[in-house]
Amino acid sequence: MDRPNARPPGDPCDEARVILEARGVTKCYHLGEVEVHALRGVDLSVCEGQMLSLMGPSGSGKSTLMHIIGLLDRPTEGSVIVEAEEVSSMAPNDLAAVRNRWVGFVFQSFNLLSRTTALANVELPLVYAGVSGAQRSKRAREALERVGLGDRLGHLPNQLSGGQQQRVAIARALVTEPSIVLADEPTGNLDSASGVEVMGILQELNTQGITVVLVTHDDTVARHAERIVRIHDGLIVSDEPVAERLSAAELREAVVDMAGRPDA
Amino acid sequence: MKFAESIRIAVRALNANKVRSALTMLGVIIGVAAVILLVAIGTGVQEEITGSIEGLGSNLIFVFAGNFEEGPGGGGPGGRAVRQFSVEDAELLQRRLGLEHSVVPVVQGPLTLRVGNRTMRTTVAAANENAGDVFSAEYVGGRWYRRSEVSASARVIVIGATVRDRLFPNQDPVGETMSVNGQRFTVIGHVAAQGGSLTGDQDNQVYMPITAAQRLLGTTDVGLIAIKAASADDVEGLQSRIRQVLAPRFGEEFSVFSQEQTLGIFQQILGTLTFMLAGIAGISLLVGGIGIMNIMLVSVSERTREIGIRKAVGARTYDIMSQFVIEAVTLSIAGGAVGIALGAVGARVLEQWVPTEVTAWAVALAFGFSAAVGVFFGVYPAYKASALDPIEALRYE
Repeated sequence: MDRPNARPPGDPCDEARVILEARGVTKCYHLGEVEVHALRGVDLSVCEGQMLSLMGPSGSGKSTLMHIIGLLDRPTEGSVIVEAEEVSSMAPNDLAAVRNRWVGFVFQSFNLLSRTTALANVELPLVYAGVSGAQRSKRAREALERVGLGDRLGHLPNQLSGGQQQRVAIARALVTEPSIVLADEPTGNLDSASGVEVMGILQELNTQGITVVLVTHDDTVARHAERIVRIHDGLIVSDEPVAERLSAAELREAVVDMAGRPDA
Repeated sequence: MKFAESIRIAVRALNANKVRSALTMLGVIIGVAAVILLVAIGTGVQEEITGSIEGLGSNLIFVFAGNFEEGPGGGGPGGRAVRQFSVEDAELLQRRLGLEHSVVPVVQGPLTLRVGNRTMRTTVAAANENAGDVFSAEYVGGRWYRRSEVSASARVIVIGATVRDRLFPNQDPVGETMSVNGQRFTVIGHVAAQGGSLTGDQDNQVYMPITAAQRLLGTTDVGLIAIKAASADDVEGLQSRIRQVLAPRFGEEFSVFSQEQTLGIFQQILGTLTFMLAGIAGISLLVGGIGIMNIMLVSVSERTREIGIRKAVGARTYDIMSQFVIEAVTLSIAGGAVGIALGAVGARVLEQWVPTEVTAWAVALAFGFSAAVGVFFGVYPAYKASALDPIEALRYE
């Protein structure tokens, strides 16, 4: 898993290393009489181990695209290929199984189960993966340790800060050892220090080999990735490598210097 | 996902809303307790009456004044103007049927007994010297009254176990005297405890010659005439001969039942009654079920976001569906268990006034029915939950 990130950022990956591909994806909603075209033919390849930002203003279709590549939604037309397997025509229950083992989600509003401990929240995907109890809690504990919350296992979401809640959500996304983590505005509800913290974790996971797709409208957040795909009105308008990639680790030091305290 | 896991999730969700879960369960608890209690009363009464008829001995035929065999309007229990039997009618039957069959006229009525300063109210079952063929009394001490005592209206009395314990505690009652409705009677025997009977608690009962009882009660009527056939094969023939003997005197206004027929009639009436009671109680269980459905629907819309999260991390339709069905079934089964316990305790308490019996089939029925209520009323809300679009559900505030 500890693969050196030797590939130059933005370098188009060769066929073998494409783990996710969208081909001619359109999405059309019917709101009463009106047809809304959220996506109007999107082609996108995500390479293994890449950290990619999907950028666009609200209403551009970036969230719709994330739902489709995260297998939460199905395209009206076009296909989604995950590790050389066509998934867009799968039955909902099969899709749920692929989603469980292949994707981890991180949402803007954390989406943790309230009244449920951090550990139980992280265990949740394993419950649906059919992992036995003892194994489940061991893996969930490891995932929480990985995001630096090894001492908060029994805390409920409302006993944790926003940044900590988002780290629990990241641990939940990681626990099934997915190929890809999809993060939808992961710093949107966080103060800047916590935001930097979360971005640092995502970057660190990426260096450990996990593919990360960030959905954001914030240019600074987007520049933590190595590649930025911009969407506008349901079409990809640009796809380019990041020239000066931001490092959360360095930013954190800057924040610490400014605020004079280490953690939010 | 494993079944045990689903139950844990369900219990946790129900725990999160304790008051609400308890109130929802209350509907099922009341329904199940009502089913258990009412069926227990029905069964208890049925058992008691069946037991008392069976306890009378075998090969018995009962003759009642009044026509019970025809439908409504055919005289029946309401026909007060019906002529009652007398001891002479019984004697006529005895002569015409032959001495191998014993004919026993029976008179029953309330009495007040007094010994010293102890009094108690009881019932008398009075008959002739053949009473032992009909009343299955087992002597503990003393003897039964004799033919001479019947013809002489002798003031002798045989007492049941409860009467003995109340009026003659730790004492042999034989030879003692007691006041019966103000008259002095001599106790000549006492019988073993034997439980309920057709006329109520058989232990809280006294026996005396029919002639003495008629005098005490101020009547010449005989409540019923019992005939013990010499053998089981004679029962059918005897019934038609009894009809022949009594028809000239009473016309249609009497009824002849064999023991089996009597048993069948009582069982049919009481069985119908028991089912009716169960049905009425079942309605309250149904209302409880609707309560479950209602609260599950509220729960599903309240937890839309949770459902979205679960789906996003890989829950299948089946997982969500089973989670909510199990939640509903857990509510109803827990309610059912509490209801059964409550019903059983209630039946115990009521036993002081009415015979009750908590039967396995009533428990199984109530439990099965409450589980079925949970499944039936849980499926629709669960289906609604499982059909939610994960994206919509995640967006839900």
